[in-house]
Amino acid sequence: MSVPRFWRELDTRYNLIGSYCKITKTYHYPRRSFNPKAGRESIGSMKDYQFKGIGKIVNSTVVYQAQTGYEMFGPYCMAIVKLDEGPMMTTQIVDCDPNKVKPGMKVKSVFRKLGEDSESGILHYGTKFILSEDIEVEEDNENLPDIEV
Amino acid sequence: MNGIVSYGAYVPCHKIETGEIASVWGADGSAWAKNLNVYSKSVSGPDEDVITIAVEATRQAMKRGNLNGDHIGAIYSGSESHPYAVKPTSTIVAEAISATPNLTAADFEFACKAGTAAIQTCLGMVGDKQIENGIAIGVDTSQGAPGDALEYSASAGGGTLIIGSKNVIATINDTTSYTTDTPDFWRREGQKYPRHGGRFTGKPAFFKHVISCGMMMMERAGTEAKDYDYIVTHQPNGKFPIRAAKTLGFTNEQFETGLLTPRIGNTYSGAIFLGLAAILDIAKPGDRILAVAYGSGAGSDGFDITITDKISKMDRSETVEDMISRMKIVNYATYAKYRGKLNMGATK
Amino acid sequence: MREVSIIGIGITKFGELWDKSLRQLGLETGLAAISDAGIKSKDIDALYIGNMAAGSTLQQEHVSALMADYCGLTNHNVPATRVEAASASGGLAIRQAYMAIAGGFIDIAVVGGAEKMTDVSDSESSYTVSMGSDEQWESKAGATFASLHAMMTQSHIEQYGTTREEMSAVSVKNHYHASMNPIAQFPFTVSAEAVSNSGLVSSPLRMLDCAPNSDGAAAVILCATEKAKKYSKKSIKIIGSGQASDTLSLHHRQHLNQMPAIRVAAKRAFKSCGKKVSDLDLIEVHDNFTISEIIALEEIGIFRRGKAAAKILEGETKLGGKIPTNTSGGLKARGHAPGATGIAQVVEVVQQLRGEAGDRQVKDAKIGMVENHGGTAATAVIHILESE
Repeated sequence: MSVPRFWRELDTRYNLIGSYCKITKTYHYPRRSFNPKAGRESIGSMKDYQFKGIGKIVNSTVVYQAQTGYEMFGPYCMAIVKLDEGPMMTTQIVDCDPNKVKPGMKVKSVFRKLGEDSESGILHYGTKFILSEDIEVEEDNENLPDIEV
Repeated sequence: MNGIVSYGAYVPCHKIETGEIASVWGADGSAWAKNLNVYSKSVSGPDEDVITIAVEATRQAMKRGNLNGDHIGAIYSGSESHPYAVKPTSTIVAEAISATPNLTAADFEFACKAGTAAIQTCLGMVGDKQIENGIAIGVDTSQGAPGDALEYSASAGGGTLIIGSKNVIATINDTTSYTTDTPDFWRREGQKYPRHGGRFTGKPAFFKHVISCGMMMMERAGTEAKDYDYIVTHQPNGKFPIRAAKTLGFTNEQFETGLLTPRIGNTYSGAIFLGLAAILDIAKPGDRILAVAYGSGAGSDGFDITITDKISKMDRSETVEDMISRMKIVNYATYAKYRGKLNMGATK
Repeated sequence: MREVSIIGIGITKFGELWDKSLRQLGLETGLAAISDAGIKSKDIDALYIGNMAAGSTLQQEHVSALMADYCGLTNHNVPATRVEAASASGGLAIRQAYMAIAGGFIDIAVVGGAEKMTDVSDSESSYTVSMGSDEQWESKAGATFASLHAMMTQSHIEQYGTTREEMSAVSVKNHYHASMNPIAQFPFTVSAEAVSNSGLVSSPLRMLDCAPNSDGAAAVILCATEKAKKYSKKSIKIIGSGQASDTLSLHHRQHLNQMPAIRVAAKRAFKSCGKKVSDLDLIEVHDNFTISEIIALEEIGIFRRGKAAAKILEGETKLGGKIPTNTSGGLKARGHAPGATGIAQVVEVVQQLRGEAGDRQVKDAKIGMVENHGGTAATAVIHILESE
């Protein structure tokens, strides 16, 4: 992705900035200057809105043949997430066993590296999601010896 | 008085055990673990780096402090593993907390104490009323060369302190530094892994600076070890900080809370921030903390800190301990994959 | 509005055509179609080219002029137009020619589709295919094209109880059909067990649920029906045409297990000719993944929603069944060369309606439908063909 093409949408990616349509009272992500459901009237009525970054899994899949740039994750979980405010987005669910992600699970946004242009190119950062409730039994961390003094 | 307005921390959710690393090199894992007093270390994921960790820690600090971007006048990020050689980490953090454009920002490098130099800079600017609040960040995702002693400890993590004059949860009563030219550890431009002087990193480097700085700090503050509830120092392994604290006259109870390296490894610039965050997670009003950072090359920054009443009202959930207890074990193969230790060759 | 007929067809073998370039493929099929139609180059009023990806796979845009040039049509300065709608490029190119002839602007058009997917690495061709979805908010976020269809599949499973066995039946059936099609990339049968045990691509989709990224080309000659008899004795009429679009991103749809654009395009196509589902003798659908064939059959109305998969397993869509589907082998087994696919589908139905489909001939085939879509069905185009 070229530098300006990424830079133009920085806040949409970093801070989940989308739009709120004052006419239909609906939320949109990514940012739109026009609400297709409200038509021309919506131009000028779309207000920037920062999503809270919490939502639910609508559906998910475990990707075994990785997308270009995602090879180091394989296998990884891709999901369609419905944000609390309404809109849906496609996102990777990280920091979890991808096979345990199921529809209805609650998720929250995290700031992660999305990729890079090349080894010498610009780095792309943005939003991914993690499960917001721990689905596994906590591991035992008590096996550490006392600190030797 | 000026001091800490808020704080945040971040530890990645993967870890590798010392024994697993040792087994790859045919080394004695339990001997290494015991020798370094490091039993596991945090491992950042393939989509995590200094910038993402800095953003997560800073967002936690902003949320805890009920602050928004307009309150922030400066961001200084200290690290020796900034993803860019040229292009600041700090501007990305600024954008990610919506603090742009009315602020100043820069990245610092002073081995493992770049972040505490950022604290001192913020203190100066707040004291001079140039800014309302300044953000100091210390984060690293440093790497040890495979098989090198550093590989058993070099880990990932870091924290953020927001320095200001209003609503401080902890006053920074005073700060002082001890700096010399001591080449104990370095990384040349363009090199992937750092090099070090072996045992030279000990007595003439870490111990001399940390102990001298700690003594200077207490002398300036007119305090003794017993006046403090906690001490936290830089912790390149699990042994050095214990020996330094004991030399300065501190006891187990005073240093154990801030000593995280045995479980998460050496987070370099992040170490003192994480140790301090772990203390702030449980500290009570009136508690006094001595913090002494160390950066190779070499220098130490000391801080004399007192907790205020304001800390009782702060939401201190999602503690450093919570993050550590979330860490899941990965094997060496996964670690090598996550940390870019696999040579993939050119694909294009 | 004038009636429009197909008077000539041409198609290459689909697959890994290492020794053939895009322009060679275009020329081969163009010449074959022209010879089949019995026309001369001076008779050609326009050229339409379906091509999805020459820009990203070959760094070559302006494919319309390239094809006109290498097919010898620049001597007559034949107007050439490239049409792009991801994997629906071919079907849409036919529709453009159809409208131009029906509208009376021209009499004869060559419609060709060609794609070279093997001149780039597997990861590059896969990325190219995923450009049919939203590159910025799907592909770049880590979603492969297969992963989007995997979520459609998962959603279909959750709502309708679609089974692994039923999905595998789609692939088994299409491979069986391809075993009788000489131009198919995979002209052999596979067992249900082989499909169900093939490697996971994106759960629950497995390798043999997914169509390949192929090289290939196909061409048809469209002619005003009133003039068709002058050239061909075996012309096939395009009696219905419909097209529809939908949101580019899957995540902006109300239901993940539906493809509304196909439903609307089918409705429009049926309406344009006054036909209904029960009039169809055979159908070619866009089975880039097994789930796509299942959903397409439901959207068109061949089966009720949630019932298609079971009917496929029962054999209703197999040659000799109630409604033979993808007798060519479909995208799965004939092969999928994005810009050529929509035209190759029409070539198959023309062969069936002419009675020239050999071992895979559908008995007494009179009316056939072609469903071609792009992306996750953000564009759908449907044609209904009838023998004269």
